[in-house]
Amino acid sequence: MEEIRASMAGNIWKITVKPGDVVEEGQDVVILESMKMEIPIAAEDGGTVKELMVAEGDFVNEGDIIAIIE
Amino acid sequence: MSSTEELKARIDKIEQGGHEKYHSKNKERGKLFVRERLALLFDEGIEIEDAFFANCMDDSLPSDGVVTGIGKINGQKVCVMANDSTVKAGSWGKRTVEKILRIQETAEKLELPMIYLVDSAGARITNQIEMFPGRRGAGRIFHNQIKLSGRVPQICLLFGPSAAGGAYIPAFCDVVVMVDGNASMYLGSPRMAEKVIGEKVTLEEMGGARMHTTISGVGDVLVKSEAEAIQYAKRYLSYFPANFRSRPGLVAGKEVKPFEKSISEIIPENQNAAFNMYDLIDRIIDEDSFCEIKKKFAAELITGVARINGRSIGIIANQPRVKGGVLFTDSADKAAKFIQLCDAFNIPLLFLTDVPGFMIGTKVEREGIIRHGAKMLSSMSEATVPKISVIVRKAYGAGLYAMAGPAFDPDCVIAFPNAQIAVMGAEAAINAVNANKIAALPEEERAAYIKEKQDEYRREIDIYRLASEMVVDTIINPDDLRKELNARFSIYEDKKIVFTERKHGVYPV
Repeated sequence: MEEIRASMAGNIWKITVKPGDVVEEGQDVVILESMKMEIPIAAEDGGTVKELMVAEGDFVNEGDIIAIIE
Repeated sequence: MSSTEELKARIDKIEQGGHEKYHSKNKERGKLFVRERLALLFDEGIEIEDAFFANCMDDSLPSDGVVTGIGKINGQKVCVMANDSTVKAGSWGKRTVEKILRIQETAEKLELPMIYLVDSAGARITNQIEMFPGRRGAGRIFHNQIKLSGRVPQICLLFGPSAAGGAYIPAFCDVVVMVDGNASMYLGSPRMAEKVIGEKVTLEEMGGARMHTTISGVGDVLVKSEAEAIQYAKRYLSYFPANFRSRPGLVAGKEVKPFEKSISEIIPENQNAAFNMYDLIDRIIDEDSFCEIKKKFAAELITGVARINGRSIGIIANQPRVKGGVLFTDSADKAAKFIQLCDAFNIPLLFLTDVPGFMIGTKVEREGIIRHGAKMLSSMSEATVPKISVIVRKAYGAGLYAMAGPAFDPDCVIAFPNAQIAVMGAEAAINAVNANKIAALPEEERAAYIKEKQDEYRREIDIYRLASEMVVDTIINPDDLRKELNARFSIYEDKKIVFTERKHGVYPV
C-alpha cells in the first residue's frame, strides 16, 4: 500500500484518476496548483487506486495524504 | 625460519585482515574485504601502502584496522584511506588515526584527490586518551579535511557505519556515496537514543542510506552495491582535475543522444504547465555524460556534472516537474554546495532557469528560507568560473537572481523566445496590483478586465524589450542551444578573475 502525499502546500486543481483505476509507477494522480504552477503528483509505485482523500478545489498542506494506492 | 621468510609470513598474515568469522559475516551482508574494494577502485591495485605494519606487535589488530596509500584511477594518482571492518569493526585506535592523518598530509603535499572508504564503528573507547582529545587525535582528521576542502577533491564511499564523531568524515567530503542497506551515519545510535532521550527508532530510520540521500541531504548518491559505489567514484573523478590548480581534462566529445522531438517541441508554451527538465539536459549534453549529484534530495533542482563536446560543465537546473521548480530551503542548500564544488575545481557552470521564485508561506519562513536562499546567492555570486544563464521559460523574483541573473556577473544570459523575466508572473502581478479594482467591478466584467491587464503586463515584460534594454545578451532558437553553449564555453574558459580581496566573507549559513 502506498500513500500519495502532497509535495507542497496548494490547491487540488485536477484529479486524473478515480477509485479502481490501475496506475503505473510514475503516473500522475492529481495536479496541484501552487505558486501559480501546475504541479503533477505521481504514484511512486504502480497499483490500483483504493481511495481518493481529496476533491478538486481542496487546499492541502505539504505531507497531506491525497490518495491510497494498493 | 630465515628473516625474509619471517617477513613474508608476517606480511601474509597482516594482508588477511581480521578473524575469518568477520570475513564471512561481511560476505553475508554483501560487503567486500577492504583489499578487494581497493583492487576494484584502482587501475592496478594499491601501488604504495603506508604503515602496513602499524600495531604489528598486537596480532589482533593487523594494520590497526585501516589501509592507507596511493593508487591510480583513470590514470590519475589518488590517495586513499580504507577501514577494515574485519579488524575490531574498523574502529579507530591511536595508530589508525595517525595513519589517516599522514595520508591526508600526503594528499596535501602532492595535491592529489583523497578518497575515504568508510566502514567503521568509531573510536575505541578503551584507547580514548591516546586517540581522541590530543593534537594528533581524531579531531585532527576533520581539521585536515577542512584544510583540504577545495584544494583537492575529497570523496567518501560509505560501505558500513560511520558513527558518532566518525560521521564527520562524510560531512566534510565533496560527495558521499552510500550503499543501500549497509551504509549509515548518525551521531547517536538508536540504542543510545532510546537510553538518553527515550526515542525508539530503527537504524535505517535514524541514519540509513535512503534517509540521508532523500531527507537529510548528508548523503549524495544512493547505490545498490559496493561495486556500484566504486564505479560511481571512478566516473565522478573523471570530470575533475587532480586539484584546484588545474582544469578538468578534455575527453573525446560525443554526439547528443538522438531524440524524436527537438527542444522547441518539448517546452510547453504555457509557462505554468510542467515539463521534464531532464529532457532538455539530455538534448544538449554528450550522450550518457550526466553524472548527477543529490538526485533524490530536493528534486525540484537538478545538479550534476556533464560534458558538452568533451568539456566538463556543472549543471544547475530548475525542475518544473517537481514542486513546480520552486526553490525551497533544501534546494538552495543543494545549489550552494554544488556551485562551490564546481567553482573550486574550475568546472564552468550552466544555469538552466525555469523558476517561479522561492517558496512562500509560514512553513518556509520558519525554516529560514531567506538565509538559505542567501547561501545560494553568495555561492553563485562568488563563483569565478565561466557562468552561463539560460532563461528557458520563466525567471521570476529572486529566482532570477539565484540562477545567475544579469546582476551577478554571468558571462552571458541567453534567452529562449518564450522567456519571461519579471518580479512575478502576470496572474500574480495583476492580482496584487489591481485587487481593489477587480473586487469593485461587477462579476461579469472581471474576467475581461483581468485578461486585458495581463496582456498589457506581458507586453511590458516582452523578451525582445529586455534584449533591447540589454538585460539579456541574446535570444536564440532553443534547438541551437548546444551549439551556442559549446562556442561560448570554449571562449570563456580562459577567464581569470579574482572575486574580491579580503580574508573571507561573513557567509550566511
